[in-house]
Amino acid sequence: MFKIVKREEMAQATVIMNEIEAPRIAAKARPGQFVIIKANETGERIPLTISDSDAEKGTITIIYMVVGKSTALFKTLLVGDAFQDVIGPLGKPTHIEKLGNVVCVGGGTGVAVLYPITRGFKDAGNNVTSIIGSRNKELLILEDKMKAASSEFHVCTDDGSYGHKGFVTEVLKDVLDNNKIDLVIAIGPVPMMKFVSKITETYNVKTLVSLNPIMIDGTGMCGCCRVSVGGKTKFACVDGPDFDGHQVDYDGLMNRLRAYQEDEKKAYEAHCQMVGTK
Amino acid sequence: MAEKSATKEKIARQPMPEQAADVRRRNFEEVPTGYSKETAVLEARRCLQCKKPACMTGCPVGVDIPGFIKCIAEEDFKGAIQKIWEKNSLPAVCGRVCPQEVQCEGLCIVGKKGEPVAIGNLERFVADMARNSGEGELPSKAAATGKKVAVVGSGPSGLTVAGDLLLKGHSVTLFEAFHKTGGVLVYGIPEFRLPKDIVASEVETLEKIGLNIECNMVVGSIVSVEELFEEGYDAVFIGVGAGLPRFLNIPGEDLVGIYSANEYLTRANLMKGYLFPKYDTPIIRGKNVIVFGAGNVTMDSARTAMRLGADRVRVVYRRSREEMPARAAEIHHAEEEGIEFHLLTAPVRFLGNENGRLAQMEGLKMELGEPDDSGRRRPVPIEGSEFMLDCDLAVVAIGANANPLLTQSDQEITLNKWGYIEADPETGKTTKKGVWAGGDIVTGSATVILAMGAGRIAANSIHDYLTLGW
Repeated sequence: MFKIVKREEMAQATVIMNEIEAPRIAAKARPGQFVIIKANETGERIPLTISDSDAEKGTITIIYMVVGKSTALFKTLLVGDAFQDVIGPLGKPTHIEKLGNVVCVGGGTGVAVLYPITRGFKDAGNNVTSIIGSRNKELLILEDKMKAASSEFHVCTDDGSYGHKGFVTEVLKDVLDNNKIDLVIAIGPVPMMKFVSKITETYNVKTLVSLNPIMIDGTGMCGCCRVSVGGKTKFACVDGPDFDGHQVDYDGLMNRLRAYQEDEKKAYEAHCQMVGTK
Repeated sequence: MAEKSATKEKIARQPMPEQAADVRRRNFEEVPTGYSKETAVLEARRCLQCKKPACMTGCPVGVDIPGFIKCIAEEDFKGAIQKIWEKNSLPAVCGRVCPQEVQCEGLCIVGKKGEPVAIGNLERFVADMARNSGEGELPSKAAATGKKVAVVGSGPSGLTVAGDLLLKGHSVTLFEAFHKTGGVLVYGIPEFRLPKDIVASEVETLEKIGLNIECNMVVGSIVSVEELFEEGYDAVFIGVGAGLPRFLNIPGEDLVGIYSANEYLTRANLMKGYLFPKYDTPIIRGKNVIVFGAGNVTMDSARTAMRLGADRVRVVYRRSREEMPARAAEIHHAEEEGIEFHLLTAPVRFLGNENGRLAQMEGLKMELGEPDDSGRRRPVPIEGSEFMLDCDLAVVAIGANANPLLTQSDQEITLNKWGYIEADPETGKTTKKGVWAGGDIVTGSATVILAMGAGRIAANSIHDYLTLGW
């Protein structure tokens, strides 16, 4: 069992932060890696990227958005409760090195994944410009932490309730026009990563994206997380989750992410009903 | 003497009672229902008790087959399970999934003239009886040696190594990457062929004799082999199984509705997707299903699809019936359940509907040409024979490649050109001191009993190492 030692609700309780006791994973976790989490005996195996880890305390932090039954179930777990299974650290860590000027672009809960990577690049001596965005001010997460981990910092909201009104891609263009950028890292909703990659391709700037397809084992056994990268089948769990943003087939990825939409809807509705009648 | 053997010839091989095909094709309960005590004794009496038992030479773990069968004939069922346990810690599993027809039963002398003794059915009977009665005493254990062994992977090879070394007095910890032990026995082989509570019970027996189990431990990520030695383990056995599923590499393969057999069976078996929404993992229930391949895993996938409510399940294989690697019994069971076979047929591409879900497969007819490297006649496409098949679910069951997760994390363990671990077939030793390997990570996809055989060899060698030296 993996006990929750700290819990925070973010973005009007649509996003939850859990700090979980997992000393062995904490000792090994590196930015960009993920864990697979299962709440209980009948639960699903859900991949979540590690947002932070503390080897001394023996804890890892995950941040997830409540989108379906499994995450709704996670949300019911409070401090002192435990996840039945946490498996990791999985996937290849993000390759962090000193390159010069690095831009980190994050959207939605992708910012949670982006944060340790941003900090890693800053600590490696890079000049890091961060651009994070959300639909509105309330849904923005980790603003302070991202700001502290960046040399230059921008916020965008779709509705203009905070920072730049519009998409992260608009600010990114501006940054690319005025600076010589060595690497862009984009983590967020698939459409965001797709459009960021489209832009950086025209500027010929290397771009890394972190993918979060559906997974089962997360160790390369099932092939569920396959994604076409440069026309070749790659497994996000062992070959990724980071890939060259210019090579990813985003439409295929989005299609596969929708595979169980109907089932998920039914399970979520049933869960909400059950919780509601309790 | 003459009279005795005459009686023996009269007893016909006792058929295994089974659920009727039209019933079982829609449920996940086990297909064979098992021998009764009377049937088992009758079948046991067919054994000639050969002085030089050929059957035993066909058993990868060397079970004393005439010995345990004699016990059954004498209705000493406790004695029978003890005899089996001397060599085999997973008899309820082996009695069900071993290919007996090419091993023990294939060599049975009774089988030269008639049908061989049903050794597999008898092994299953003894194991089930011991489990159900709770009478089976635990196998006896040697005095503690104070040596610690790490076994990586809890599939058939790992469980065998663990069982053997525990009995030899060593302390054993089993590391499993999944949240449940059993490896392919729980994620791969379906409930209707191997009920999961049987696997759990076999593992429990090992726990009772002292096995430590650590699940959710992906060795290679959370801890390296080198770190296991630093943590005080004296020897390490690697039995992590085959890994990365092979795909057909044809257009449209990433459409929703196309699974690898590993994914399909893991969703169904380990995650209990067939019980969705009681269990949270969904699984696509196809009405019109195509399964590619011709091995046991292909049959498992096809029969699972039928049980999940398919109207039609078709196995598509590019060679002919003679080349199908699945056990004859599995093919027979599948056919009885209404699975259709489209042989000498190769897939060309998949087509999706407007929602990005699988809708059709384009196929091509083949004919057999000259023999290829494997000695089998090479299938050659017949020009202009393209055709379309409607389908809403496809399962690719054409094997697996080596999983690099653990092996990449240790440079001292030498791999062959396919990425499998180089291990001495006589001992299971790898190129790294103190490290053994066995099962699919050495041989590529094979059978449960071969993995167990490799486990047995490695366990003996590990024991020698711990008591005598490398």
